Amino acid sequence: MSAKPKFAMYWAASCGGCEIAVLNIHEKILDVDANFEVVFWPVAMDAKYKDVEQMEDKSILLTLFNGGIRNEENEYIAKLLREKSQILVAFGSCACEGCVPGLANLRDSRQIVQTAFNTVSTDNPKQVYPMTSYDVPEGEIHIPKIYPTLRTLDQVVDVDYYMPGCPPESHQIAAVIDLVIQVLQGKAQLPPKGSFIGVGNSTVCDECERRRNVKAIASFVRIQDRASELDPSLCLLEQGIPCNGPATRSGCRARCPSAGAQCIGCYGPAEGVTDYGARLMSAFASVIDSNSPEEIDRILDGLVDPAGQFYRFNLAGSLLRAGRSAWAKEKV
Amino acid sequence: MSDESFEPTVIGFTCNWCSYRAADLAGTARVKYPPNIRLIRLMCSGRLDPTFVLKAFSSGADGVLITGCHPGECHYLEQNYKALRRFHLLRRTLQGLGLEPERVKLVWASAAEGVKLAHEIASFVEEIRALGPLHWGGNGSNQSSVISGQSTAHAFKEVPA
Amino acid sequence: MTQDNGNSQDVQERIGVYVCHCGTNIAGTVDVQQVAEWAATRLKRRGVVIGRDYKFMCSSLGQELIENDIKELGLTRVVVAACSPHLHEATFRNACQRAGLNPYLCELVSIREQVSWVHTDKVAATVKSQAVVSGGVERVLRHEPLEPLRVPIHPATLVVGGGIAGIQSALEIADAGYRVYLVEREPSIGGHMAQFDKTFPTLDCSACILTPRMVQAGAHPNITLLTYSEVEKVDGYVGNFVVTIRKKARKINEELCTGCGICQEKCPVKVIDDVYEAGLGYRKVVYTPFPQAVPKFPVMDVENCTYFKKGTCKACEKFCPTNAIDFNQQDEVFSVEVGNIVLATGYDLFDARRVTNYGYGRLPNVFTSLEFERLSNAAGPTNGSIVLRDGKTVPKAVGIIHCVGSRDRNFNNYCSTICCMQGLKFAHLVHERTGATVYNFYIDMRTAYKAYDEFYQRVLEEGTLFVRGKVAEVTDVPRIKDEEGHLIIQCEDTLAGKQRRIPVDMVILSIGLQPRADAKETAKKFGLSCSADGWFIEKHPKLDPVATMTEGVYIAGCAQGPKDIPSSVAQGAAAAARVLGKIQQREMALEPVRASINQDQCSGCRICNNLCPFNAILFHDDRMVSEINPALCQGCGTCVAACPAGAISGTAFSNEQIMAQIEGLMLLNVGEEITL
Repeated sequence: MSAKPKFAMYWAASCGGCEIAVLNIHEKILDVDANFEVVFWPVAMDAKYKDVEQMEDKSILLTLFNGGIRNEENEYIAKLLREKSQILVAFGSCACEGCVPGLANLRDSRQIVQTAFNTVSTDNPKQVYPMTSYDVPEGEIHIPKIYPTLRTLDQVVDVDYYMPGCPPESHQIAAVIDLVIQVLQGKAQLPPKGSFIGVGNSTVCDECERRRNVKAIASFVRIQDRASELDPSLCLLEQGIPCNGPATRSGCRARCPSAGAQCIGCYGPAEGVTDYGARLMSAFASVIDSNSPEEIDRILDGLVDPAGQFYRFNLAGSLLRAGRSAWAKEKV
Repeated sequence: MSDESFEPTVIGFTCNWCSYRAADLAGTARVKYPPNIRLIRLMCSGRLDPTFVLKAFSSGADGVLITGCHPGECHYLEQNYKALRRFHLLRRTLQGLGLEPERVKLVWASAAEGVKLAHEIASFVEEIRALGPLHWGGNGSNQSSVISGQSTAHAFKEVPA
Repeated sequence: MTQDNGNSQDVQERIGVYVCHCGTNIAGTVDVQQVAEWAATRLKRRGVVIGRDYKFMCSSLGQELIENDIKELGLTRVVVAACSPHLHEATFRNACQRAGLNPYLCELVSIREQVSWVHTDKVAATVKSQAVVSGGVERVLRHEPLEPLRVPIHPATLVVGGGIAGIQSALEIADAGYRVYLVEREPSIGGHMAQFDKTFPTLDCSACILTPRMVQAGAHPNITLLTYSEVEKVDGYVGNFVVTIRKKARKINEELCTGCGICQEKCPVKVIDDVYEAGLGYRKVVYTPFPQAVPKFPVMDVENCTYFKKGTCKACEKFCPTNAIDFNQQDEVFSVEVGNIVLATGYDLFDARRVTNYGYGRLPNVFTSLEFERLSNAAGPTNGSIVLRDGKTVPKAVGIIHCVGSRDRNFNNYCSTICCMQGLKFAHLVHERTGATVYNFYIDMRTAYKAYDEFYQRVLEEGTLFVRGKVAEVTDVPRIKDEEGHLIIQCEDTLAGKQRRIPVDMVILSIGLQPRADAKETAKKFGLSCSADGWFIEKHPKLDPVATMTEGVYIAGCAQGPKDIPSSVAQGAAAAARVLGKIQQREMALEPVRASINQDQCSGCRICNNLCPFNAILFHDDRMVSEINPALCQGCGTCVAACPAGAISGTAFSNEQIMAQIEGLMLLNVGEEITL
């Protein structure tokens, strides 16, 4: 039993969907159990950080780390697991590029706390806010300090592989598990360090069945405003729906466009792309069907939230990494 | 931001056929402009990838000047219009990121307009000076992109922040 | 000068940095020695193994310095900080090549035009030079060795436009022994020059000097004359164009027609000739536009032909001695292969009706310059009599107004070049043939070029009156008795400093030249660009006036901008010389600045498909991927910047190169202290 290689999975700043996605591989999970000894997986089993601290360095073969680095605790565990793991995988969009939690980088941490503890949806009449340390009769207690910006896993520790997606598609998780098992059995080799795994090598359009033509966009419109008029077999972008498919890494089998919704970009940028948002911005703008500044502006009014459109999943991993207010706060 | 000694750094993108030649002409004619700008030559303003602008900001630039041929005079027919479209969208996106869109400016300058280009550079540097330093992300060079093989941190990584 | 022992580098490359003094041009403002030393010490870890400064890097000794270092120090990359790459990029690339280094591994950064000549603060200029050098070093690290693309040159040439510029071009190339396809939209070659009476300043008869050229072009064994034809489509690239041409149906069988003219004589229908006779005369429905037309074959105006309108007549057919009339003839569409193209598509005339205050179209005795050309032409509608619109009255006073539609912000801002000399020519002809008093109303008199000013003096001596000032209005409403029955020209006489009203019988508007109404369309077809005014843009206004941005496509004559006959002929010949030069090379090297698409990464999203003005991007329906034809690609990089998948890359200006250059330029901002 103890001869089996060790497996860990951790959940930092993320929603938990990645964990569900792993469970969604159905009976394949039995293969995980058959081939690995699960030593640390807080969402699935009881474990203590001190147990991990006591493990020998590099004693865990494979760690799937999901979630971005939002606070002291996330960073501590990221560094700890890095030390203890041979293969550290940034698992899911949050760990790879920040994902939706990373969008909070548009604001500074004070504004985030305000939003979380004092909005219409929060009943907080006494204006109670969390503090990083507090004296109680039993002694001083701590909660982790929130950082000014959310960082991606590889902005904090060295990462071996990336597995994007919000969450990664179950068939891709299964394929990666298969691969690792085959490597264990000496039947396959690991890809080069830094590779993206469980993905395609092109973009979502490559897997999208929709018919497409030369692009010329005369207007952008939100899908909810035109859903009933859409041609179900024609490229959404050509119909003015800001579909992120052209810039988004393939691997999901174009799930959203196939279901009639635009791609929102959870698989992140294609291989070799430095800034996902910039690529998409450039692509969208290039095919706007006008040369007049006024008309261009009118067409762009249809893109209601450009920063959200282009950086929903990858703000923390983008060149700028955050909105300016977050950086301004960090400087102080 | 009331940094008395603030000297902005501006990255300027020029088109090989018009604005780069305008810069040459400004030089030949000894027209003076502030040394705060550093120019990069592209073949066409249509080559201007918004990534370059973000890269300039994340590397510490306070402003970015994009220059190209006048509308209708593009040496590649109409690629400057693509630059125009991208510029409009880029400014909107930057605004969404909380950044003054005025830090990016698009200027048309023909090969004959050395004086105009010099004048535009001078006024843009002053506009950026008035906006104050950007200080984007503290130490831009420290950023390694999440994407493999695109690490931007190299020799500078030992530079103290 | 500092040399490195080769240790402690982040990169494998060995870079030499060469900083030019350019005498005192650079060294007077930039501490060049400091820049060279800084590069050698501070950029050591970036691969810089040597930094040198030298008085004149572009001198042969300077170049040898680089060549020796490449050989002795094993340099793999070179950065030269000197003047603009537009001046000496080729110089240093060649130096590298001589030393066995791929020329594209050399980067020239400008610290003269962009630093020393435009800045005054020595410290700031030196710091900026360091930044510029550092940008160059980072960029050169990402350079790739490139090879120019070699393509064969097809020896045939397409000349579009059979005016004097096109004819000249066609003859020069054909005389050199190569095939020329001369395409002309009208039924005859000759262009505007065929409509003129005399040419300034020599007063040669226009037809007398033009006709021999037309005949020569028509009969030349190497010229395939395609009149009444238009170019529909241009495919391919320099050396290998495939041009689709539509030869419109003349309704005349050219094999059978002898050009005897009987059909023209017998045709019962006369229509106003708006083209050749500028609306002053008539032509038949079957016609040759003018007697000297080349080719001799007439053409049938189907719109006005009784047979095509009513189904009867066929007078021409009945009388044709060779049965050459063919009512069923259809347009022919075919393609030709050519290596080079000369566009000599000419100009349109400014529409004088737009200047409403000059009354053209409303006041009958206001004529345009072209109408006057036809009036004064011995073969014209009045057999050369200069008379008023009634066809008989000889004017006693004539006013010639310059700059109509030119040098006018309301119309065209530019000078049409020919109008002053044309106005003088008209003054002379009016004076000579009618003895009338002639007034020239001008803004500035522009009589540059050989023997032009002498002609001006001659016209002055002949007694023509000159009024310097812009004409405000031409009116037929008199204010005093003397003005009754005349046209009155109201203008400011800026030399006398007063307003004047001058009664005349005839007004001639020296109307300006304009780009062809379809110039933009033509430009798109041939991959050219138009200036804001609408003229085709040359590659370089001074140094390359007949070449264009599209390799293998040349421009000549007024298509490039207003010009007179001598300049048009000169350009026609110049374009021919350039074409012949290309043909003689047999093959040519294209600059390897090109985009290409990684087929594995391309998702076939088709964002790029519409972005290339040169149609270099093909979409493969079967494989659902796009591909770039390297010979058509001009290297602008727009598609590279637009590809959302990052599947398109561009040589010489790659993302990696530009981003690295940005980092290099910002190095000093990050902090100069680089640990060694």
